Amino acid sequence: MKKAIITVVGKDSVGIIAKVCTYLANNQINIMDISQTIVQGFFNMMMIVDLNASGKSFDVISEELDQIGEEIGCSVKLQMEDIFNSMHRI
Amino acid sequence: MININEVIETNSMIEQMNLDVRTITLGISLLDCIDPDLEACKDKIYQKITTLAKDLVFTGQEIEKEFGIPIVNKRISITPIAIVGSAACKKPEDYVELAKTLDRAAKTVGVNFIGGYSAIVSKGMTESDRIFMESIPEALKVTDRICSSVNVGSTKTGLNMDAVRKMGDIIKQTAELTKEQDSLGCAKLVVLCNAPDDNPFMAGAFHGVSEAEAIINVGVSGPGVVKKALESCHGADFGTMCETVKKTAFKITRVGQLVAREASKRLGIPFGIVDLSLAPTPAVGDSIAEIFQEMGLERAGAPGTTAALALLNDQVKKGGVMASSYVGGLSGAFIPVSEDQGMIDAVSDGALTSEKLEAMTCVCSVGLDMIAIPGDTKPETISGIIADEMAIGMINQKTTAARLIPVIGKTVGESAEFGGLLGYAPIMPVNSFSCDEFVNRGGRIPAPIHSFKN
Repeated sequence: MKKAIITVVGKDSVGIIAKVCTYLANNQINIMDISQTIVQGFFNMMMIVDLNASGKSFDVISEELDQIGEEIGCSVKLQMEDIFNSMHRI
Repeated sequence: MININEVIETNSMIEQMNLDVRTITLGISLLDCIDPDLEACKDKIYQKITTLAKDLVFTGQEIEKEFGIPIVNKRISITPIAIVGSAACKKPEDYVELAKTLDRAAKTVGVNFIGGYSAIVSKGMTESDRIFMESIPEALKVTDRICSSVNVGSTKTGLNMDAVRKMGDIIKQTAELTKEQDSLGCAKLVVLCNAPDDNPFMAGAFHGVSEAEAIINVGVSGPGVVKKALESCHGADFGTMCETVKKTAFKITRVGQLVAREASKRLGIPFGIVDLSLAPTPAVGDSIAEIFQEMGLERAGAPGTTAALALLNDQVKKGGVMASSYVGGLSGAFIPVSEDQGMIDAVSDGALTSEKLEAMTCVCSVGLDMIAIPGDTKPETISGIIADEMAIGMINQKTTAARLIPVIGKTVGESAEFGGLLGYAPIMPVNSFSCDEFVNRGGRIPAPIHSFKN
């Protein structure tokens, strides 16, 4: 399984989750876990997703998420899960 | 499963605290490029480097993108050129030809530095070592991406004082030849004692003869992350502070280990070591001196600084060792003056002197690094400073280095601009009493008694 983490950080507004999830659904990217919190007044959302079924490459998905981020005024980042596992799990 | 707080922590280290992987350094053996014919030797070197390293920069960028961690430098280290060129080079100009070839290869593959324009003369110099050393000033003048180092001593062999004396002259000549750029050549030239074979950091990187054909070494960084973690430790005792540094070093190093493993896998080149280093940059918030301030010192250089550095260096190693399967290189805290805004400020404010820096090098990972001194400093005096620094390494069984920059045409009160990661440095005064008779004696300082462990 090719697991990745999507983070969305920015000012809270209507439809952020909907917009990102619609994109993921259209690209056969399954959401395995989702959580959100407010840190220092900023909306923070994290999703663990599975990229395996998607026909698009990591690079393309990353760029398209970036564009969605610009549209909704948030930073949307895609990172492989390994960096977080490496740092936080022994 | 990873939770949101862990994700936020990692990303804020990267975005707000300047966490990065400082370098992926590809070590390449050039032993099979040795050839008595200079042209053939040049061809073999160029071919080997541009073949083995052709995907290095691209792979580094790919890893950056996928994990969202900046990898600041992609670099190459090679077998010390004094060995590789010994059969072909009959005069310093021949070695300069090799330097130009290396520079061309570095530019072709897109790395910003190639280290290993080096000689290992810890005990004695061969004729070709001598010729090589004489080529260094010109080589650094006519190239952009070459880093040069000379290992002049070790705990096992003692100090080669002939080489120490010679390097005083070589540094001065390099400064003269590059005086238009504030003697920038000297920023790429380092004199070492106990130089490791697998150091990924410049200017002292080379691929030692004990190493494999090719190897991936990674240098991590992250002074900003340590500083930030220590913000929560005001009023806490030393035990708590040390634990905080250790835990942070563990996390930083795990990222380095991941990047090293990925780079190794993708390039099909074995993983060598992770160098657990806190390497500062001139950016605010990426400074070792700021860590000292967070620990409770008004400025780097205040009484207590050596103790603070000692505990920092040790805790970084303790935290990092468990995070990586192979640790090597220089591993510890770097204290280059020009590359650390907090250190620059400490020098400008008069808090930090070169003598205090020398004391600090007893407990840090390297030595007197990126120190600008007056351009009229005598070569003998430079040799004397090098001898002191090398003696610290020899006696304490650690790596020490001297990267001194006599800035031609400038003196105390002025500063030298090197640009980019090399930063800028206020010119520090040098003790003006003579050491001429001492450094001109010639010969060797014998190895210390504790080196005889057999």
